[in-house]
Amino acid sequence: MQTKEKTMIRKTLEAQRIGRRDLMAMLGAGAVAAMGIGMTSREAQADAKAVAEAMKKLIGDKKPAAGKITLDLPQIAENGRTVPIAVEVASPMTDADHVKALHLWADKNPRPDVATFRFTPASGKARISTRIRLAKTQNIVALAEMSDGSLYMAKSEIKVTIGGCGG
Amino acid sequence: MAKARVKVPKSVKKGEVFEVKTLISHKMETGQRKDKKTGKKIPRMIINKFVCTYNGKEVFTSDWHPAISANPYMAFFVKAGESGNLDFTWTDDKGKATKKSAKVTVTG
Amino acid sequence: MGKRHLGAGLAVGALLAASLAVPAGADDGIRSGYSYMTPETKGMQDDDFQNPGMIWVDDGEKLWNTVDGKAGKACATCHKDAATSMKGVATVYPKYDPKIKKVKNIEWQVNNCRTERMQAKPWKYESGQLLAMTVYIRHQSRGMPMNVSVDGDAIPFFQAGEKFYNQRRGLLDMACKHCHADNAGKNARANLLSQGQTNGFPVYRLKWQKAGSTHRRFRGCNKQVRATPYKAGSDEYMNLELYVAWRGRGLPVETPAVRN
Repeated sequence: MQTKEKTMIRKTLEAQRIGRRDLMAMLGAGAVAAMGIGMTSREAQADAKAVAEAMKKLIGDKKPAAGKITLDLPQIAENGRTVPIAVEVASPMTDADHVKALHLWADKNPRPDVATFRFTPASGKARISTRIRLAKTQNIVALAEMSDGSLYMAKSEIKVTIGGCGG
Repeated sequence: MAKARVKVPKSVKKGEVFEVKTLISHKMETGQRKDKKTGKKIPRMIINKFVCTYNGKEVFTSDWHPAISANPYMAFFVKAGESGNLDFTWTDDKGKATKKSAKVTVTG
Repeated sequence: MGKRHLGAGLAVGALLAASLAVPAGADDGIRSGYSYMTPETKGMQDDDFQNPGMIWVDDGEKLWNTVDGKAGKACATCHKDAATSMKGVATVYPKYDPKIKKVKNIEWQVNNCRTERMQAKPWKYESGQLLAMTVYIRHQSRGMPMNVSVDGDAIPFFQAGEKFYNQRRGLLDMACKHCHADNAGKNARANLLSQGQTNGFPVYRLKWQKAGSTHRRFRGCNKQVRATPYKAGSDEYMNLELYVAWRGRGLPVETPAVRN
């Protein structure tokens, strides 16, 4: 066999070995990344049902309408531990017609509650920006309570990159 | 102790809707992390309430859960009424409050 | 979950394996870590108010003016206004110090000032205080190009850093260069590999949810290839910090940068 071929075979074998080793590492990294956000697989059971329950506690059997809410989310969250988001509810924000509250949930977080924001006509605009923790790719669910008692809901998926090298 | 920063425009026109940005240093301990050495859960310790008043009247409030990231950033809007103070209060799980105040000058 | 990781792991293994067989040269010029970030992360850095790293700048400024130690001095006692006295400092650190015949970084210099001039206790590496002071000092050079000296007496230390950078280590048998020189700009799993530049350090890292030092990052990288990390502040990391700073020559100081 020619030396050149030998070298090629050796390189291929080496490459395979690195691949396997790398796989081990990536398995470890993935597991660590999932744990790091502060959840174990059993705790990560919260889902759409939990959000529905939380919503029911607030509004009973009323059905929120679609619309009015704009979810301003990154297409892909670079790291689930700090995800910048903005939410706006369309409203004139007058004494007679304004947004009273905006509730946010993340349906696959260990605990789906994220935050509640309460506005007044003196807010002028029902828009908030904050940063949230997301355990994995999931839906952000928003519910707006208006001053006339009407309800609006919006839902949008956000993809979360798992991992990120290094510690 | 938590340290807070707030940013409001120096002067605004009456009726103008302006953005208020706030940032506070806080770990926002979820209560779900485990101590790497002892294996015990680190108790939850978060800021769970944020309140902004404008000349003494509540204008914006928020309830936070552990899903709010460490060093919470909160931006929202306020409609300019009279010149005066915006007062901010962050309250943690132990009831400890951090306060910050900002002056607003309303023209026109 | 296991299956998904298996697939992803295989893909990365294949990617790295394939690229390892290809000669180096994927490097398309010197790029700050900033250029690899998403628009949202960039936005967080671009607005000083949104940048959580600025908390450490504020803290550092307070510490700069706080008297500590038996000599009754603050940093400001000797160095006055940091905006003037510390301007440009970050661009030339780490640097060779003839007194200790080694390379020192800003963290080392801060603690040397504390023990020698202020007669105060040194701060622990990665402590809130040392991070805040380092961030504050480096922040005074923001926008200025990195320009460390690797001549003269610094040569052997630079070479040691370069050797470290190219040395395979750990169970994965990988060197710094395999990710950050040969494969920068490519994805390892869902992670976009950067050139590993230090011009924004200490950075506010989304993953850490706090500020962290260059040496913390080095430790993280070393652990990631399943190697035993060196101590923060060790000679090995000082030399590596010099070499990596040289790799980023010309990049603007961004401290406190925001990274993923």
